[in-house]
Amino acid sequence: MKILVCMKQVPQKDASLKLNETGTWIREDVSYEVNEPDAFALEEALRQREKHKGEVVVITAGPGRAQQVLREALAKGADRAIHLEDNSFVGLDAFNTAKAFAAAIKDEKFDMIFTGLQSDDYGYAQTGVILAELLGWPHATIIMQIEKTDAGIKVKRELEAGYFQYVEMPLPAVLTIQSGINKLRYATLIGIKQAKNKPVRKVALAEVQSAIGENLQKIERLYVPQKTKKTEYIEGPPGEIAKKLVDKLRNELRVL
Amino acid sequence: MSDTILVIVEQREGKLNRVSWETITAGQAIAAATGWTLEAAVAGAGPGGIATEIAGKKLAKVYAVDSPKLEPYTPDAFAASLKQFITAKQPKLVLMPHTYQVRDFVPKLATAMGRTVISDCIGFKHENGKLLFTRQMFQGKLSADVSFTSEAPWFATFQNGAFRGDQAEAGASAAPVETVNVQIAEPVIRTKPQEVFKEAKQAVDLTQAELIVAVGRGIKEQKNIELAKQLADALGAELAASRPICDSGWLPMDRQVGSSGQTVAPKLYLALGISGAIQHIVGMKGARSIIAINKDSEAPIFEIADYAVVGNLFDIVPPLTEEVKKAKG
Repeated sequence: MKILVCMKQVPQKDASLKLNETGTWIREDVSYEVNEPDAFALEEALRQREKHKGEVVVITAGPGRAQQVLREALAKGADRAIHLEDNSFVGLDAFNTAKAFAAAIKDEKFDMIFTGLQSDDYGYAQTGVILAELLGWPHATIIMQIEKTDAGIKVKRELEAGYFQYVEMPLPAVLTIQSGINKLRYATLIGIKQAKNKPVRKVALAEVQSAIGENLQKIERLYVPQKTKKTEYIEGPPGEIAKKLVDKLRNELRVL
Repeated sequence: MSDTILVIVEQREGKLNRVSWETITAGQAIAAATGWTLEAAVAGAGPGGIATEIAGKKLAKVYAVDSPKLEPYTPDAFAASLKQFITAKQPKLVLMPHTYQVRDFVPKLATAMGRTVISDCIGFKHENGKLLFTRQMFQGKLSADVSFTSEAPWFATFQNGAFRGDQAEAGASAAPVETVNVQIAEPVIRTKPQEVFKEAKQAVDLTQAELIVAVGRGIKEQKNIELAKQLADALGAELAASRPICDSGWLPMDRQVGSSGQTVAPKLYLALGISGAIQHIVGMKGARSIIAINKDSEAPIFEIADYAVVGNLFDIVPPLTEEVKKAKG
């Protein structure tokens, strides 16, 4: 099994986000981390390789800082990495990001491509499915289990409200992986050491420029959402807060 | 001919997904703002019954996009049939609910047509003749107004709860229903879906709970769940959690609230250490009142909270439990 895992670097969950001068994106001087769903996708790829042998390749698109995501993946056990390195990749829509990935891997032959089910920044939940369509491959989304079969794979899809479904499909295929499909591993010291010698192929914007076009959608403005609810802040030392909350529960919400 | 908005409602196994009414409400609102014509469609194997069901709403026309190959659902068959239909009809705007099923096929459909989807929208704006779709970004910390820069047809999906389904306006008379048969060649469908099933009998029904105490990542360790449980017991509330807590096995999956868990509407939802990611919010924003305790003052949960406590839940929950016990005497 040769598996490609698409990964993304996103602002840390508790990062304080500030708008840039044009109000169309955030100021980039924040701390970043790996998009959590992508970490589950990587873990699943490593587990599939442990079962069926093969290779795990990780790919990301973003500026120099995004290499951290690849380094961590290599330290956890990925075999090699592809870095589409340029600031402008951050602003691509899902359609163009998928096109850039497709162009960067045109000489590779993967059996499966995994993505996380969505990113914590844009939250499109689209790039994996678009990539499948561009490659002409079948896909399945929100996957909780993957088994190899004689004809391809059998995957367990999560549906809404506690429902599931098994789907059989041929390879190659694209799967978007649900968070919680597995338990994430930590990188070992030896893994971190070995990662330094693993290959990272850099792809410049120029190499994939001809594949991508103008974005098909545009963020006109980004802003802090207007509150629709009036929120009452309750302050003070913990004991006092507890008393005030109980007063609200009893006299305003009438649930006590 | 005027521009057309096409709402594609969702059916699963011959039943209309109720969230579709919300998309019809959204379509009616956009039609009112733009003056465009509103039509609807449903795709399936013999979906005529559902087409008739929605034809009672204020719509110019309803299409039943019909093929035996549309049952059971596959992304290949849905994308192929809707591509045929939409290419023939050329609507300006195509709207769908942002369900797991739509997420599974709509990016493929749009890509096959060289178009894009603005996904998971919570509203729209019509400014100086330009349509903007509002969607949440960065897990709800920020919102964005997004426009289409490509040619029509444009695709957009709406988040569950973005519009009120019960506000979908009825028509003066039933809209005409037209059946459109689509041809799907056998090799198009590459995946073989099996029966839909439920993992285990859901032991806990949170949908009927009046009071819910819910925990999120801020609880930090499994042993700390006990703190929340004591508060829930004192209140006589059900204990619930956000997805990461159930993924970690700290609470069973049937206590999960959110898009992949249960959708609840209690009198009180007390959120402990829950940041309020969109996937969680969609499952609990219908609560009559929300109290949120979180140490991060920018946590999106505070956007929808009635009462907010910015602070350490480990300091506040134990005295709160004691006060509740005292109050209950």
